[in-house]
Amino acid sequence: MPQVTYRDALKAALAEEIERDENVVIMGEEVAEYNGAYKVTEGLWAKYGDRRVVDTPISEAGFIGMAVGASMLGIRPVVELMFWSFAYVAWDQIVNNAGCVRYMSGGLINVPIVIRGPANGGTNVGATHSHTPENALANVPGLKVVCPATAYDVKGLMKAAIRDNDPVMFMENTLLYSQPWEVPEGDYVVPIGVADVKREGTDLSFIAHGRAVITCLEAARVLEEEYNIRAEVVDLRSIRPLDEEAILRSVRKTHRAVVVEENKPFCGTASMIASIIQEKAFDDLDAPVRRVSAMDAPAIYSPKIEPLQLPTPARVVQTALSIC
Amino acid sequence: MPTASVKEVESKPDSLPDPTDCAAAAINRSLSADQKIELLRTMFRIRRFEQISLKNYQASKIGGFLHLYIGQESVAVGTCSLMGEHDHVITAYRDHGHAIAVGMSMNECMAELYGKATGCSKGKGGSMHFFAPDKNFWGGHGIVAGQTPLGLGLAYALKYKGLKGCCLCYLGDGAVNQGVYHESLNLAGLWSLPVIYVIENNKYSMGTSLERSSAFRNCLAERADGYNITWDVVNGEDLYEVRAKTWIAMERAHKTCRPTVLEIDTYRYYGHSVADANSKKYRAEEEIEAYRTHHDPLRLWRKTLVAEGVLTEETAEQIDHEATHEANDAAKFADESPLPAESDITRDVYWEVDNDTESGRTGRHFFND
Repeated sequence: MPQVTYRDALKAALAEEIERDENVVIMGEEVAEYNGAYKVTEGLWAKYGDRRVVDTPISEAGFIGMAVGASMLGIRPVVELMFWSFAYVAWDQIVNNAGCVRYMSGGLINVPIVIRGPANGGTNVGATHSHTPENALANVPGLKVVCPATAYDVKGLMKAAIRDNDPVMFMENTLLYSQPWEVPEGDYVVPIGVADVKREGTDLSFIAHGRAVITCLEAARVLEEEYNIRAEVVDLRSIRPLDEEAILRSVRKTHRAVVVEENKPFCGTASMIASIIQEKAFDDLDAPVRRVSAMDAPAIYSPKIEPLQLPTPARVVQTALSIC
Repeated sequence: MPTASVKEVESKPDSLPDPTDCAAAAINRSLSADQKIELLRTMFRIRRFEQISLKNYQASKIGGFLHLYIGQESVAVGTCSLMGEHDHVITAYRDHGHAIAVGMSMNECMAELYGKATGCSKGKGGSMHFFAPDKNFWGGHGIVAGQTPLGLGLAYALKYKGLKGCCLCYLGDGAVNQGVYHESLNLAGLWSLPVIYVIENNKYSMGTSLERSSAFRNCLAERADGYNITWDVVNGEDLYEVRAKTWIAMERAHKTCRPTVLEIDTYRYYGHSVADANSKKYRAEEEIEAYRTHHDPLRLWRKTLVAEGVLTEETAEQIDHEATHEANDAAKFADESPLPAESDITRDVYWEVDNDTESGRTGRHFFND
């Protein structure tokens, strides 16, 4: 199977969906003539033109709101946020309009929009460009949130997101864009709301999403090689809807859980997962559920220090050892 | 010698004939006597609907906010009367007038105010959130100016699909100071989108007068100049003028996709909402009375039609009586309608769940016990 980077897999999904559905429009800052700030949309404008790939001014509230309005009349916009951190200037449009209009209309309207872009720290761009709003947006009933970790998943999930009739918040990671993975050619869909066991294990469950999955895979390797502990890695892929069964299945098998995220700890995604585990698998647990999150401060700039603020394999291993 | 490329400037006010000529505009000359009377009937229906709503709000039948449109009826009725198959409407929270003007029934609107399952939004939206996509009416939006990019998006979709239509996107004079309105104007001007921003200038953003909230030279609409968008100011108390000037904007949108900003001068007699106990403190009672007596659009239109000989006072009384009767019937309908079930709380959140698709069945969507 060919090796494809996360970025190219994402681009292939966008291109294939543009070809499949006349109503799919890519829009965002620098997505067309500049080829994308992170080159996710490179070549799409040259191939599909102004109608399908649209450069917007720097007006996140304006163009996201516009995309929401267009989607109400059947357009299927895929809107790029150069960084998910910029979503905060469009919060009203995302939360009140994309998130609530179906409900407030008693189900008369739906909003088939995808908002995508990187949501991660670790690139020395400071606090304003390093936010991870998956927990905040998953807190809005009406929105869906996905955080793919691999090239295979990013392609299949993007297709599912574009075809979905609800608003999907699609969170990528700049540190993953260049990572190659095996990706089959052609059309396939990864359903939203289905987790994936990325590594089988028997002694401990890592529950993670996004780049934290990669961190957990490394931690699991260390645990096996150095401590003879076999950790299972459950990649959530979607935050909302959530594959609760996959989480509980793994915990019931291993009896120990560490939830790992690049989110901040207070009311983070991992808090929700930990709560579900203790509610529904309490009797299966041999130890408290632990969490590993980004350290609780705005993202630090200092390039040598910032990696330590995010969950590292070493920190994940330490936390795992504390309950094994 | 190189010359600087100069963009053709189109952002000047429309030069319409003298307002007295608006009655003679083709779009108004084409009105039959019956159509003129229907315009009056719709204004009466909005006013009586809201008065009965107010009565029942005060009787605690209705909760939340109630933003009354009374005094502004000619704006919604005049503009919406021009809508064709592909013309769409979206507005803010003072939405009862537009809802009735596009043809929503009093029953579904009143039931929505009562929070009943028979309401247009099944009791999930309330006063600020009426919707009827089947009548090209996209709400009813509670956040000031939040609807302005949505209206732009409706216009974007129309242009993308090659449909000859436009979006009438209404906002108040308070909304013009929100950033997203300016982002929307920039996009509308930049991309030539067939949207018409209708600023219903009722002089007060909640309790703050126009002079205390907005910086401007002559009017709010002229801010459109900076975005190279054509604009105009409209006397809202004259239904002929509302229709004539709005139609110019709609034809521009239909033929060239160019946007327009219309500022329609109007006035609300009640407070920002019913909860606005200060509505007579931030403005003189005499001011309100002067508008009611001399500038009431309903009274003026009625007078016009009587003067034109298309309406008798008796017929006008009868129309008024029927509107009151209809509103009372709607209140009875709402009162007798069932409430939403508790199980309805978690319906109409996700399309995929409501339609029981594979996607809607995959993963946990709701996190109740």
